[in-house]
Amino acid sequence: MKIDLSVQHVTKTYADFTAVDDVSFQVETGRFFSILGPSGCGKTTLLRMIAGLSEPDSGKIEIRARDMAGIPPNRRPVNLIFQNLALFPMMDVAENIAFGLHRRGEGKAVIHKKVSAILERVDLAGFETKKIEQLSGGQKQRVAIARCLVLEPAVLLLDEPLGALDLKLREQMKVELKKLQAKVGTTFVYITHDQSEALVMSDHVAVMNQGVFQQMDTPQNLYNHPRTPFVARFVGDNNAWAGRVNSSDGKTVSIETNDGFTFQVLSDQSFQPGEPVDLFLRPEAMLIQPDEAIADLNRFEVVVKSLLFDGANSRLLVNPLKTGTELLIALPQNRQYDYVRRDDKIEVGWAKTSGLCFPKIET
Amino acid sequence: MNTSARAKNRNFRWGLLFFLAPVCLWLFLLIVLPHIDLLIMSFRAENDMGDMVWSLSNYRNFFEEPVYWLTYVRTAIYSVLVTFLTFCITLPLAFYITKVVCPRYQGFLTILLLMPFWVSELVRVYGWMILLRESGVVNHFLLKIGLLNQPIEMLYRDTTMVLGLVYTSMLFMVVPLISVLESLDDSLIEAAHDLGANTWSILFKIIIPHATPGIVSGSIVVFMLTLGNYLTPNLMGGKNSLWFTEQIYNQFIASFNWNQGSAFGFLLLIISSLIVWLGLTLSRQKLGKVVQ
Amino acid sequence: MKQKTLCIPLLMLALLIFGFGTVSAETLQLLTWSGYASKALVDKFEAETGITVKVTNSNNEEMIAKLRATRGAGFDLAQPSQDRVQSVQEKYKIYQPIDMSKVDTDQIIPAMLEAVKKNTTVGGKAHAVPFCWGTSGLVVNKKLAPRARDYSDLMNAFYNGRIAYRLKRPTLIGLAFAMGENPFAKYSDPKAYRALMERVGQAMIDAKPFVKLYWTNGDALLEAMRSGEVHVAMAWDGGGWKLFNENSNIDFVAPVSGALGWIDTFAIPAKAKNVEAAYKWINFVLRPQNAAAFTNSQKYGTASRGSLEYLDPSVRDNFVRCFPPIHINNIKWYPPVPAKLEAIEGKILDKVKAAR
Repeated sequence: MKIDLSVQHVTKTYADFTAVDDVSFQVETGRFFSILGPSGCGKTTLLRMIAGLSEPDSGKIEIRARDMAGIPPNRRPVNLIFQNLALFPMMDVAENIAFGLHRRGEGKAVIHKKVSAILERVDLAGFETKKIEQLSGGQKQRVAIARCLVLEPAVLLLDEPLGALDLKLREQMKVELKKLQAKVGTTFVYITHDQSEALVMSDHVAVMNQGVFQQMDTPQNLYNHPRTPFVARFVGDNNAWAGRVNSSDGKTVSIETNDGFTFQVLSDQSFQPGEPVDLFLRPEAMLIQPDEAIADLNRFEVVVKSLLFDGANSRLLVNPLKTGTELLIALPQNRQYDYVRRDDKIEVGWAKTSGLCFPKIET
Repeated sequence: MNTSARAKNRNFRWGLLFFLAPVCLWLFLLIVLPHIDLLIMSFRAENDMGDMVWSLSNYRNFFEEPVYWLTYVRTAIYSVLVTFLTFCITLPLAFYITKVVCPRYQGFLTILLLMPFWVSELVRVYGWMILLRESGVVNHFLLKIGLLNQPIEMLYRDTTMVLGLVYTSMLFMVVPLISVLESLDDSLIEAAHDLGANTWSILFKIIIPHATPGIVSGSIVVFMLTLGNYLTPNLMGGKNSLWFTEQIYNQFIASFNWNQGSAFGFLLLIISSLIVWLGLTLSRQKLGKVVQ
Repeated sequence: MKQKTLCIPLLMLALLIFGFGTVSAETLQLLTWSGYASKALVDKFEAETGITVKVTNSNNEEMIAKLRATRGAGFDLAQPSQDRVQSVQEKYKIYQPIDMSKVDTDQIIPAMLEAVKKNTTVGGKAHAVPFCWGTSGLVVNKKLAPRARDYSDLMNAFYNGRIAYRLKRPTLIGLAFAMGENPFAKYSDPKAYRALMERVGQAMIDAKPFVKLYWTNGDALLEAMRSGEVHVAMAWDGGGWKLFNENSNIDFVAPVSGALGWIDTFAIPAKAKNVEAAYKWINFVLRPQNAAAFTNSQKYGTASRGSLEYLDPSVRDNFVRCFPPIHINNIKWYPPVPAKLEAIEGKILDKVKAAR
């Protein structure tokens, strides 16, 4: 597989903090690669360095095996879609899209052909003479993408381009963007703080925090096998439960939570007895009133504090019996649990394979 | 319902009239009336008998006497040149202040730029004269470091006059440019750069089109002020600096020919309106939009 | 409560009266040349009479334009040159006749008084009394331009780049005399006058490259002479003598063709508000001690009869040094300027200024 983008040990330091700290990754041709992280994690800085809008302090950025050091943005084979899209308000749609082609000095006829072809591709055929302010949010989105794609860049960089859209449109654009990427086959590097965008669209996702890549993996692996507590917390919903290790044999860990429950978790890590740990439980990992017959479940009783109805994403907010700990439990909407009411006392169980255990980090 | 709405409407109109009246009165008494007076005066002239009669001779004099219309054309051309130079100098300046420099120093730099304008134009011009005269500071300095063998006169040249006029006008260009550039989203510049534009095409395709309303409004002000300036061309231009305002002054004051002076005044008004109109047309701007 | 409401209007009324009181304290609006109403004289006058003097500095042309614009209002006393009163008065009627009974004529040198009265008479009434006199001639840096003696040296290539004069009518007149003409004789014949002025103008245009600057501000000229930027200038004798005090190389030179003699006068604008104060100022300034104080600072002689004995010796020396009898007799005194000449001169001067 050909490598379109290779970032090696890139570091960028500002006066008082390190924005990007020794980051390395590679993106293969035609992949949809996302960098997911909270705001201020350094992902935008990283993207701007790839685009050439700022220079790394150390490390190397290669695009299609060419070192990009010292090459200004206008001569890099990458294009960036800005968070606010940065469409030129003084030009119409066609002029916006033709801007880059004009700069390359392409002929008028060629430009005209390319512009109508790309507009057709993003389903905006016939929009050439529309003014930017006449377009809807989604249309602007597509013009911004078309403006970059028409230049056939090696890598298309996207800086949270869906951030400004409303929820419904965002859901729709997620799917469209994924389809478009598959259609044109351009390598996308996409940064976002919205885990759902990253998970839905990407082939690979890197989770970034405080300038460092925490984990780089497929969306499924990120969700199911987070390798750091940060990833466990940040990707998808998770219940964190503080406790201490009773015993650990390299395969099973026995944990006593701070409020007195004892659970068994599978883990290939080994822990010292008495070591403080965080136990992570996904809401959907917990079963409500599990069948008596299922063996090897960690079972405990909870009091229902409230029902959070949200369609397919409905949950129960519960307190384990006689504690103040709050847990979220998925509430499948298959009518099986319609009887659950507030203040009910119910039993909850989870398999020891579905819990995750990390050493507690000092915060 | 209908009647009360109408009454309200009428109240509103009276209110509007009440507040507009002073403005209209001011416009009429101080602008329109004197101009009508001047216009009438410009069409009156003394005949051979010494009586005042209606006549076009004031305007005829202007076209028949090359000194007058040459000065007129020269003044207009130099004003356009000054406007253009002022723009060329202040655009990078405004860009630097709004986009390059750390925001903390923006206000400070702007104030630094405006500081010279707290003193009167006369003082500023004399400042330049002290610097540039033959026995002035610049000559002294150049002699000291051995760049010159003998002092040269830097005053009383067209270039010096243009320099003075540009300096005097800068404020009126830099303020609208700063405000219009502040509204330019940085990401537009970065996007253009990213899409393959070099510095020049960013300047001509993004910055200048965005800044056009500010450029046009600044240019109108600078042009009109330069065209109507009397002090700077007179003091810094020295012996060759005939500016059209000076001829108006001469007609009114030295020759006691108010009628001729009025005609000149009107001709100046005509050319300034004409060039402003031309500028607006060429830049496809509307006056109403520009002066906002 | 009631008292309070009464109090406020009363207070305002009091303020109003007091305010008006200060405003209506007698003032004298004086339209004059710079240096003519020195601070010392103004202070002395105010102490003596309680009248506040508001001074506006100007020159002949602007004085006339200002008074013409207001038809003789806004000022209580003006000081035009005697040759610029008659025709202006005939045309624009901006002055009022002088009431000689209110002027202390005993203080005034009779010959000057008579000359001025004659030259400013319109409709049988005199419109001005003399104040001071002086001449226009050359101010020369004798070390750098030892041979400059006449107006023609203002067009002498030898002084290339070191020449300064005003683009005003005295320059035209002086240069015409230097050409051997008598422009005053042609005052009554506008055609001949125009032809002469065109010749003068052409000569000025030809010699324009030698000119350093056309000065407009007396202080600026003095500065340029002091710094050695200008060696030969046409200026007033007073200015030259001021420089002589600082640097004996620079002095006034009465031109061979004759210095141009002028007399500045007192004239009362037609709509003067405080005529009494104007007469008071006239009589005050022409008092020998005060006139001498003026001469000592500005170097111009006055029409005051007894002032000679109060003059500084250096000022007397100026006259002795620069005006031996042969030059005194050669002074060309300006006759009244007829109307229309200004327009002719104005056009010539515009042409000179515009020439390359």
